[in-house]
Parts: sequence; C-alpha cells; structure tokens
Amino acid sequence: MTMLGLREFHPFEAAGERFLYMVPSAGVFHIDEASYDVLRALEGGAKSPEELTAALAEVYAAEDIAHALTELHDIRAIGDVRMPPERPLPVLPPEDFPLTTMVLNVTNKCNLACTYCYEYGEDKIVDTEFGSKPKFMSEETARESVDFMLKESGSNAVANLTFFGGETLLNFKVLKKTLAYAQEQAAVLGKQVRFSLTTNATLLRPEIIEWLVANEVGVTISIDGPKESQDEFRVFKNGMGSYEVMLPKIKELLKHHAAHYIGARVTLTRQNMDVVSIFRHLTEELGFGSVGFAPVTTADGRDYAIEGEGFEAMLAQFQELAEEFKTAALENRHHGFSNLNETLEEIHKGMSKAFPCGAGLGLVGVATDGDVALCHRFAGSDDHKIGSVQEGIDKTLQSRFLDTHHIAHKTDCHSCWARPLCAGGCYHEANTRYGTTAAPNLHYCDWIRTWTDTCLRVYGEIAAENPDYLKRYDREAQVSA
Amino acid sequence: MKHITAVNRKAARIEEFARHERETRSASADGEADVVALESRQPGGPHIPLGCSLVFAPGWEVDSSGGTAGLCAPVERDLFDCHNGCFWPVQVPDHLNHSPDWTSKCAIAQQDWRKLDLIFP
Repeated sequence: MTMLGLREFHPFEAAGERFLYMVPSAGVFHIDEASYDVLRALEGGAKSPEELTAALAEVYAAEDIAHALTELHDIRAIGDVRMPPERPLPVLPPEDFPLTTMVLNVTNKCNLACTYCYEYGEDKIVDTEFGSKPKFMSEETARESVDFMLKESGSNAVANLTFFGGETLLNFKVLKKTLAYAQEQAAVLGKQVRFSLTTNATLLRPEIIEWLVANEVGVTISIDGPKESQDEFRVFKNGMGSYEVMLPKIKELLKHHAAHYIGARVTLTRQNMDVVSIFRHLTEELGFGSVGFAPVTTADGRDYAIEGEGFEAMLAQFQELAEEFKTAALENRHHGFSNLNETLEEIHKGMSKAFPCGAGLGLVGVATDGDVALCHRFAGSDDHKIGSVQEGIDKTLQSRFLDTHHIAHKTDCHSCWARPLCAGGCYHEANTRYGTTAAPNLHYCDWIRTWTDTCLRVYGEIAAENPDYLKRYDREAQVSA
Repeated sequence: MKHITAVNRKAARIEEFARHERETRSASADGEADVVALESRQPGGPHIPLGCSLVFAPGWEVDSSGGTAGLCAPVERDLFDCHNGCFWPVQVPDHLNHSPDWTSKCAIAQQDWRKLDLIFP
C-alpha cells in the first residue's frame, strides 16, 4: 500500500490565500482549502490515500480528495514515503558557458579611505598597498580584457562590462578609451556591450557626466546615507567626511542622467543601520530611483560588524520597506527598494540556483594586470585566480572551483527551504568569515529565511491582487555586479 | 488543475510537465504507446539513461547466433548486473536487512544461479 508523506516546500500566506514555495524546483503555487487540508492531515505522519479520504470525508467528497492528491503529487508536494528526498546532484554547467559580465578593476587605488573597505580595510585579501599588482590598469591590458570578454561571451549577443576600482574614476583616461574600443570591437562582431561603473562620486565632473550620459553607462554610487552616516566611515585619507564633496556632484549627475541608469548602494554597519531613513534621504531628498543595501562584509568581532540583534533590527526595517514596496506595486507605482525588486524577479522566474551567484562562471573580475578572478572582490588574489585575459580562463581551475562550490556539496544547505534562492550566499563573505569560499554563510541563515519568506509574501500578494505588475519581470535578466 | 494554480513561471512549467506526464501515462494505459524499456526513448518522452551501455555488459542481449552462449558475460549476470554494476535499483531482495543469506548458495553466478530462490516475506 502506498503511504503518502510530505515532501519539501515552504508554505506561506498572502492576501488571505495559501501558497507553496516548492523546494528545490522554486515553483510558486496557489493551493485551495482541500489541498491545504490534505497537507495538514499529513503533518502528523504518513497516510495512505484511503486513510486521507476517510479522515477528510466529513468535509470533502472522495473524488475531490483524489484530485487534490494527484495534483499535490504532480508538483511534488507529497509523495510515496519510500522515495528518498531529492538531493542536488553536482551537475556542472557546460564548459563553454558564456560570460555575461566582466568586472574590470581599472585601478586599485582610492581617494577615500573607508575603514570597512574589503579592498583596503582590515579584512582585505590582496595587498593593495604594497602588492605586486600595478596601481592602474594600462590601456593595453584593458583592450586585451575587452577582447577576452567578447571572445568568452560566446554566442551571447550582449556582454556587460562593469568598470570597478578602487575608485574607478581615478583612471578615467583608460575608461574612456576602453569603452570606445569595446564599442568598436562589438560592432565588428555584431554584438552589443552594456556598460556600467561603480564610483564614490567624489570625482564626478561635467565632462565625465556628459560621457556617462552619451554612452548610456549605468552608474552605481556607493553612498551610506545622510551626512552623519556617510561621514562615519566614508572618509578621505585625512579623516574628512566625503558627504559635502559628493553631494553637489550626485545632484548634477541625477539632473542629467536618466534615473534608471543610476542606483545607490549602501553599506550597512553596526553604526549605520537606520535603513528606512537612509532610504528616504536617498530617494526623496537626493532623488535616487533605486537603492540597494548590503551589510558590511567583515570577520567576526570588528567594531562595525552587524551581529545578533543588529540583524533583527535590519530585518524589521527591510520589512517596513517591503510593505511600502508592496503598496506601491499594487498601485502600479515605482518603489526604489532594489533588494526586494531583485528577489521578486528571481522568485518570478523560479530561479533555483546551484551557485549563489555567477562568480567564476557568467561573471569574472579582472585585476589591474589582467589576472582573471572569481569576481571583482577577489580581483588580484592569486588564491582565487582562474586565468588571465591574455591566456584565457583555465578550464581545469574553473571546473574545480565550480565542483567544490556546487550546492550539492553544501550539505548544511540541504535541509533548508531557502536554498534555491540563497545557495549558501556570497563567496567573499564566506571567505572573510570562515576562511574559505566554499563554506555556506551559516551566520545569516535565519535572516535569509525570514527575509525570503517576506519576499514570497510580497510576491504572493502582488500575484493575487495585481498580477499584471509581475509582467515586468518577464524580461531577460538584468545583470548587476 | 483544479485545486492548485501555478503562480510563477517555473510553476507554469511544472504544471505543463505534469500534464504531459499524465497524458503519456494515460496513452500507455490505453495501449497506444509502447512500453518504455531501457533501450527505447519515446519521442518527447522522458529521457531514460541507458545504464548498461555504460559498463559494456551485454547482459540484455543475445549473441550473434541469437542465443546466449557466446556472450562475453553470462546471461545470468542480469540478476546482479544492473544492481551491482550500475547501481540501478532493480528488484533484488534486500540482502542487507531482510534476506542476508539470499546469495549464500550462489558462489559463482553462472554456475549456481538456479540456487537463487524467490523470497517469500
């Protein structure tokens, strides 16, 4: 006799309706009362279809239960208890997997001295001050990088080139030439290159703004919020805060460049956690169209590390912004909370990740000398090098990396319902915390699960009340670095 | 589906897959479709890995004369081959827990295979 039991899913409610987030498929299903009652009945342990029909006979006809069982079985919400749980298999992507994004560290020098910086601060992994890498990328290396990117982009019609630093604009001369070269080479190959850069905004000037606008360059501005937040860590080498310097330049940029090209990226620290008021300041007072937040990457015990209750406080504020986002979405209004926006897109597409991000696969970081690393955060690190722009990607190193970092080998994640979206989290964060990129980031599991649940509820609510809103996520993936 | 509705794009694909699976099942029940055996692949149907082809054991075949005497591995190896060689979950008794002695009389499969008996639980 077949005994049915529950399989892996995360149930959630939204707009008074019941939903299931299926694991590991990442399908989101709405379920009716009969299905819900079947699942409830199975919570106490396995039952045969006959037992279930008998247990629910007072409420539902046998035929209804039979239908519900078939459907729940089809989506793998229930199944024969003898079937082993689905475990991820270490299936690697094909070797010619195309490169979508190249992050080019055009310099590792910076005119600011933010104490928490992962490139210069206490937890840096590359000796950026006295190391062997050149301070600035040469025009030649940048050109070789472009050739490398276009070649590695394979059959993709579009490649994304992100300029990064240090402070990117310190090497504006090379940026300018590289962009022009990339456009030229892409045209020859019948491809398109999309450009973006990350900057602290202190070096923006009219000539640069004009160039950004003319070439439709996406701009991510690292900014921590109002003056007191910004000046806490984002300081010049003499300790002076950078807010007053960047403010007029940002306003100038926002005045000339279309809003959808510009985003703000905020680093949250123990001292700077007021997510909602930072968001208000950046959107309402400065005029940013989109703002993303990330807790500082740090080893345990640093003065600015967010720990314990700090995570809860951050979560509560994320939830407050999520609520606002939802209200806006139901009225077809834009809301700039990009953390949620990006997760909603992933939920909508049903992404089930074998790797937490594209690092070392669809995305690579290039150091000033042309060494290719997993991502920009590892650029220049010999331990995380997977090739060079001159010689290409070392496929052996790459596949060894992909194999050891596959979700199949993160056994801690195998019992977690949030793994299709999280897949263990940032490699760089893991490397800083646990000394290895292969470790899952166990210090924020609870946070991720609660936040993912919040995102699912928002998704469910929008799906129930204003499903047309979700069509915007049907477009092809927008890659952000 | 009546009780469950797909909400995101992945869910729609799962629903589509389940519908297709069910149609294939009912088509086979009507006798319209062939039995899906290891050596066949239904058009548009599930991909079933050809397990034995990976270990080069001709256990499923006959020799050039149509018999089994000329095979390089004895046909009796079928009893174990998929189970041992390919880790394919064939129907052999559970000789870890319930029938530990099932093979004890069968020292060499090609000679003693007749001694492998059925298990009556």
